Amino acid sequence: MHADPRCVLTGTHFINGDAACCEGALAAGARYAAGYPITPSTEIVERFAARAPEVGGLFIQMEDEIASSIAIQGMVWGGQKAFTVTSGPGFSLMMEHIGLAAMTETPVVFVDVQRGGPSTGLPTLPSQGDMMQARFGSHGDYAIIALSPNSPQECFDLTVKAFNLAEEFRVPVMFMMDECVGHMTEKVVIPPAEQIEIYPRRHTKKPPEEFGLYEPGPDLVPEMAHAGEGYKVYVTGLTHDRRGYPSLNPAAQKELVFRLFEKIRRAADRLVMVEADELDGADVVVVSYGITSRVALRAVQMARAKGIKVGTLRLICVWPFPEKLIRELAGKVKALVMPELNMGQVVIELERCAAGQCKVISVPHAGGTVHDPAEILAAIERGAR
Amino acid sequence: MSTTDLHVHNPVEDLLRQDRIPTIWCPGCGIGTSVNSFAHALLKQNIDLNKTAIVSGIGCSGRVSGYMNLDSFHTTHGRAIPFATGLKLANPELNVIVYSGDGDLAAIGGNHLIHAARRNMDILVVCINNMIYAMTGGQAAATTPSSSVSTTTPYGSYEPELNLVQLVDAAGACFVARWTAYHVMQLERTLEKALKKKGFRFIEVLSPCPTYYQRKNNMGDALQAMLDYKKRSKIQHGCPTWETALTPGGPIIVGEFVDREREDYLTRMRRQLGPHYSEFPPQLEEHVSEGCSKEC
Repeated sequence: MHADPRCVLTGTHFINGDAACCEGALAAGARYAAGYPITPSTEIVERFAARAPEVGGLFIQMEDEIASSIAIQGMVWGGQKAFTVTSGPGFSLMMEHIGLAAMTETPVVFVDVQRGGPSTGLPTLPSQGDMMQARFGSHGDYAIIALSPNSPQECFDLTVKAFNLAEEFRVPVMFMMDECVGHMTEKVVIPPAEQIEIYPRRHTKKPPEEFGLYEPGPDLVPEMAHAGEGYKVYVTGLTHDRRGYPSLNPAAQKELVFRLFEKIRRAADRLVMVEADELDGADVVVVSYGITSRVALRAVQMARAKGIKVGTLRLICVWPFPEKLIRELAGKVKALVMPELNMGQVVIELERCAAGQCKVISVPHAGGTVHDPAEILAAIERGAR
Repeated sequence: MSTTDLHVHNPVEDLLRQDRIPTIWCPGCGIGTSVNSFAHALLKQNIDLNKTAIVSGIGCSGRVSGYMNLDSFHTTHGRAIPFATGLKLANPELNVIVYSGDGDLAAIGGNHLIHAARRNMDILVVCINNMIYAMTGGQAAATTPSSSVSTTTPYGSYEPELNLVQLVDAAGACFVARWTAYHVMQLERTLEKALKKKGFRFIEVLSPCPTYYQRKNNMGDALQAMLDYKKRSKIQHGCPTWETALTPGGPIIVGEFVDREREDYLTRMRRQLGPHYSEFPPQLEEHVSEGCSKEC
């Protein structure tokens, strides 16, 4: 299935990442959004509020982020594609409902344009401080997918991808932008609608009497039905059986939680999205994501000029983590260097996968601006020794 | 049917998920009584049950959604109203009913209650007020009458109780009523009326909690609560909501207090957007299940 041409702003634009994300959501078929204003994410829904009515949708500004994060789930069960947009403090408030979406297998997209924290922190300045929150923030055990764009173009392309993955896996997808990418203005090419692939909702074709809302398919993902279609769906955040009925016993918990994990884990290799450069023969590989990948490139150029063999690996899909790839890479290089606009979050996963095969050097940053390439260069030089 | 089969079909049976019965509610609890009135109201109003969704939060009353044979959504603590808001916006054809408790709707969800009334979101909210957090073991609620003993107010509550009907009236609800679990027929008629109306509708139903509220406060059993409701209740339709406070031992003013016309959220949105709003069906019809057989 392809994008609906009425929703796609085909053409070449000079827009920022926030605007591109909004256009990506529209192209992906999202006509509904709920949100609460927070810098630096607000431009996404401001644009959506203007654009959505033209395509029969709407933006509702809710009373807080908690309300927004569950209103979008009502929208999905009402038969629509929906998303919410926030930044760190709002993302923290949304955590319970990320768990609800994971538990009820509600395909929604949470966009987090990250700013410096903790707490109110640096409202208008960048960070990548929510990466672990995206993965582990809600209580209990669940698996999600998180993507990280590094340009306005990717804000468009990957937003479409985020919605597609949400539908394919019936899972909440975290779209982890950062302030720099959100406010950076660049050329964005929006292709014609027929070139934009859309993963349609996994709506069941079964009649209501044969349908189980949580009956897993061969890939462990169940089909969906919406309210108002006669299926009498029963959706609960409680541990539930295949019908959706609460079933409060360890066996039901095991079946459900293992499946919520497994449906993502089993597809992890296929979900890996990286951009790799000069990995063959590299002594050091710089691993990064989001805006940091663009800064790291300068450091890599400087290192190469000094004769160091440096490769780069950019994580486009951060969760699930490219475990297998890192394991293989760690066996071939002297060091993996990871700059992040946080005190070292995803690097913990990098260390785990490298499992002592090579040095892992974190280049932490408290946020507020991007790295000085010299800091990354110094880490590369340490790694090459 | 054999002559010894004495089973009589109860008209509301089909409205309940029979395979979920018996309920978890304690003997003497008023939630089930209210559900019976609600089910009868749905039948009498001849509502399209396939287009009716019920949403609740957490707690004893939060379980209502799961017992009803409708599209049922059992959400998170306090957040039934924003979920219902999203559901209604996404599919305006749905009759969306929020059925939850006072702890859920008035305290943790208080902000959502105010704003849904202010927006005049077209949903019906039924609030079971048993004046306590029951499922978690009898802690004080925003509606717990002043001086009442609960597990978190062992010396009696120091806080005044919230008058929910006054709150939602002030926020702009277009229909506001209150009954008790004793007033089953009146509640049924009010529910019928509220089901027909458009806009934000709020019905408070006072319900005994013999296990956690009555017992702790030496108020006798559930029967005593019913006698109390009967004795203390005064039906005053149209009573200004600021005169309906529930004071310990005082009169319980019941009836339909507010019935006003206000343009609901979606109607207003469409009127105001005018030609800027272009309605076209979503492109989700291309439903597939091929995805499920895809190799991973």
